[in-house]
This record gives sequence, structure tokens and C-alpha cells, in this order.
Amino acid sequence: MREDYSDMEMMAIACARRITNQDVVFCGTGLPLLAAMTAKMTHAPHCVVFFETGALDPQLEELPLSVADSRVMQGASHLGGLADAFAFMQNRFTGPRVVGILSGAQIDAYGNLNSTVIGDYECPTVRLPGSGGACDVASFVGHTFVFMRHERRRFVERLDYVTSPGWLDGGDSRQRRGLPRGGPEAVFTTLGVMRFDPQTRRMYLSTYYENSSPEEVQDNTGFEIEVKDAKVEKPPTDDELNVLRTKVDPLHLILQ
Amino acid sequence: MSSRLMSASNAVREFVHPGACISIGGFTINRNPMAIVHEIIRQRIGQLHLVMHSGSQAMDLLVGAGLVDLLEIAYGANGRLAPTCVRFRRAVQEGTLRIEDYSNYQMTLRFMAGAMGAPFLPTYSGLGSDIIEKWGFDSRFRERTPEIPLRKAVVVEDPFSREEQHVVLVPAVNPDVTIIHVQKAAEDGTTRIEGLTFADIEQARASKHVIVSCEELVSPNELRQDPWCNSLPHVIVDAVVHQPFGAHPTACYRYYDYDMKHLEEYREIAADDERFRDYLEHYVLGAHAFDEYLRLIGDEQLDRLRASLGLGYARRDLL
Repeated sequence: MREDYSDMEMMAIACARRITNQDVVFCGTGLPLLAAMTAKMTHAPHCVVFFETGALDPQLEELPLSVADSRVMQGASHLGGLADAFAFMQNRFTGPRVVGILSGAQIDAYGNLNSTVIGDYECPTVRLPGSGGACDVASFVGHTFVFMRHERRRFVERLDYVTSPGWLDGGDSRQRRGLPRGGPEAVFTTLGVMRFDPQTRRMYLSTYYENSSPEEVQDNTGFEIEVKDAKVEKPPTDDELNVLRTKVDPLHLILQ
Repeated sequence: MSSRLMSASNAVREFVHPGACISIGGFTINRNPMAIVHEIIRQRIGQLHLVMHSGSQAMDLLVGAGLVDLLEIAYGANGRLAPTCVRFRRAVQEGTLRIEDYSNYQMTLRFMAGAMGAPFLPTYSGLGSDIIEKWGFDSRFRERTPEIPLRKAVVVEDPFSREEQHVVLVPAVNPDVTIIHVQKAAEDGTTRIEGLTFADIEQARASKHVIVSCEELVSPNELRQDPWCNSLPHVIVDAVVHQPFGAHPTACYRYYDYDMKHLEEYREIAADDERFRDYLEHYVLGAHAFDEYLRLIGDEQLDRLRASLGLGYARRDLL
């Protein structure tokens, strides 16, 4: 077992591997951006990185710390505003090409996300930042990836608040509710990669990292999760780690 | 040409009133109209109804100063510098303001509808989410508060579709005043934003009054050489305030970067009531004008933040 890389590095790399040259990647701040930039600097140089603030395909010579960081503006193909960015994602032609990368404080078995409150909405125990563009992205891009720390308090049977719609109640409920397309495809956690059953839309363990195990995944998940067909995720290659550490985040602004 | 050039204090005195519905531009760590917001705090204009999308420093100061009663918002964070804005979090948890949550696109559409003079706009965003189901402002509060729409959002059948298709309608918002900070403006009110416009244009066009603060005051003729590059026409701008570094500690593309040192210090200070009061006293209430605040930050630090040649930000290896 290798001990020379962190959970966050593994998560970013596991996600980066699933980004292709054809994708337009919608990025939030933090890990999503590390994943997209790593993909772009390894196997997917033609993927397009895109931000809700309206910046499309910037050069990203330095790592932005927010989607409104001036670093997302430099050398872009187009700079608009929020109206352009969300219209691009809701649009029936361009929306399906977008892969949205999100995160949240809580996730349920159907990939719905909470980033608004812990506790009751009217008198919350903890107030979180709120949707921002997450609900919009989750509502209408082609598919979404999610980053989560794998803890029981985060993988819950029932969300305190549904900020961003996933597969809702499973089955065809998302489509029946009127959401035009999309839905969560994979969840990258500190323990492995979860995917969703094509019929029931319930989360299952697809791969686990070499330093984790299916038992550890079940123990840290607050609902029943199918783990029987899970395989081991390939550990980071030297090339992937090297790009992530020396080109994407050389100053360790996100990676600690 | 009539001049709309004013001091920050006169612009606020004339256009921001207690109980007003105000909207502030920028997005998280970029182009927050800090100079005007400091002035609102100095004049202690309260009971405000604040409507915006992704707020950070300007919103957090107004909320922390206790001047906001109603907040309609999509996001309150500073990226990696504050995962949730500190005074915002505290105010919501302690119930010292009423909050209504929307998404960024929904807020953009609400401003766009206001700008168009349309009563609402449709979107698929939010179907199946609690943003549609859970209301921060309940029906009774909405009924007795005429400045708030009667409903938060409504799900209807698309009347044009052959199939049964749901769509969300979000209500227009028309603030009393929108406040933005930009790169260039002329004294006639013509305004140019460089880089991302966020939703500043929709916010300004939806409002009864607009206050623009700018890094550089330029001649109207200069801006009229390339009018397609301008963001707002002079006729909708009521006040132009010339204030270099007017977005500090947030960034202004091509002029200066965000001040990580200040924002990180702020995050710690804001977590403590007494230290936050001292911060307001020292940097805002104790300063007569924004230039005095900038003197407290110091020329050396401001120079470090200046955008590197040919870039919109300060290169980190030079910071």
C-alpha cells in the first residue's frame, strides 16, 4: 500500500480520469477545479473548463480560489455573466455537453445534495453558504459529478434540505418531476467512487481506494449501500501526481 | 452634459434610505462595492432589504453591522477564504434577519425580469428541490409586506408544450437602488465593466436608481469611441463616485487582486463579536471616508495587490 499521496489527491485524480476531451466541465472552486485542470494537463487537453460567473475556457495559469477570481478571466474564449453561463447549461443543445462538478455538506442514496442548512430551515443549527449555482447546474446539465468527504453524518438517509436535485426518489422520479435531463453519475469520496444503478438510481460502491475497503465504505455510510461488485481503483500514477502537485496546485492552496 | 459625479457620502445620502430595497453587484471575491457599503454603514442606514446572488464581503459587513432586516440571496461565501461568510452565518443562526434562498440563476432571472418590465421568468431550475418547497418568508408575512412578491416561486404546466411539462416561475425584483463598482465610468454616467459582468447589468437595469463607483474617471468622449464596449448607458446611472481601490479587499480585474491577508484576518475577527465591533470601529466608522480606510491598509500592501503587467491579477510568485 502506498502512503505517499493524500485522500484529496486520490479524489481529484479519480475524478480527472473520468473527464474526456469532449466535455465542457462546469467547475466550482476547490477540488472540482483541481480535477478539471489535472484532466486538461494529462489525457484530456481539449476539454473546456467553464464557470458559472460566465468565463469559458480561460488559460488558468494560476489556480483560482473562487469562481469569481480574476484568474478565471485571463485568456478566456468568452467572458459574459451569470445569464450567459446558466443559459448555456439550460440550453437544449449546449446543456447536454456540460459535466457539472459539485459538492455539498450532505448527500442521500439518490445523490440529492444539501448545501443550505444543517437542522431545520427556519432555525438552523448551522447555516451553510446556500445553492449559489449548484441547484441550477444539478437541474439541467448533461450529468454531474460530486465530491464528498465520506462520513456517516454526510451520507444520510434524509437530507435536512434538498438544495440540488439528484435522482430525487430514485427510478424515473427525476424525469417525472420535469427536470429536462442530467442527474448525478458518480460521487468521488475520501474512500472510493460511488455510482448509481441505472434502474433504481440508488447509490452503489463502484471502486474503493487501495487503502480503504468495502466494509469501511458501509461503516461510513448512513444508509444501506451495495458494495458487492466493487473493484479497487487504480492508485495515482507518478505522472498524475506530478501534474497535480507541480502544475495544478504548486503552492498547495487547495491541497494541504 | 449634466454631471452625475458625487462624493460617496452624497450619493448614499441621496439614494439609499432606511428600509430601502438595495442590490449590490460583484460576485464573492470580485468587485464588491466596498466604498459605498462603508458609507452606508457610516451613515447607519438600516432596516435594509438586500437582494443579490453570490454575496461576500460587502454583504457580510452590512449584515454584521445589523443594517439588513430582509435578505434574498443565493450564496454567502468567499470561496476558499471563508466557506460560509461569518457574520451572515451567525445572523441566520441567531435569527436576527429574515432570509429567503434562491439559486444564482433564479436571482439573475429575477433581476432580468425586473429589467425587462416582465412580471416573472420561467426556468427548470429547482424542480424537486427545497428551494421551491421551503419558504423563508411565509405566506402571512408576504401578504402583509407589499414590497415582497406574494409567492416565492410557482411551478406551473408549460402552456405551450404538447406533453405534460413543469416549469418554475420566479418573480421579478425591482430594487430601489443598485450599487456596483466598475473599472471605468464618465461623469455623465456612462459605465464600462472590464472582464466578467456577473449580473451587474441586470441588477442595475432592474433598479429605480443606480450608484456606480469606479477605479478610473474617464471622459465621456473616450467611452463613446467604442460604445459597444460599454456596460450601461449614462441615462440609467444616477451617481458616479470616483474611488480607486473602491472594491478592496475584493478584487477588481486588471486593477488589483483580492487581499488574502485582509480577508483571512477578517474571517477570524468576524467570528468574535467584540473583535468584529472593533473592526467596524477601526476601519469603517472611525474613518471619515474610504481613502482613510485605504491609508489604514497602507500603500505598501495596496501596491502589492496591483495587477501584474498584462494580467488581470497579481502574480502569486510576486505577492
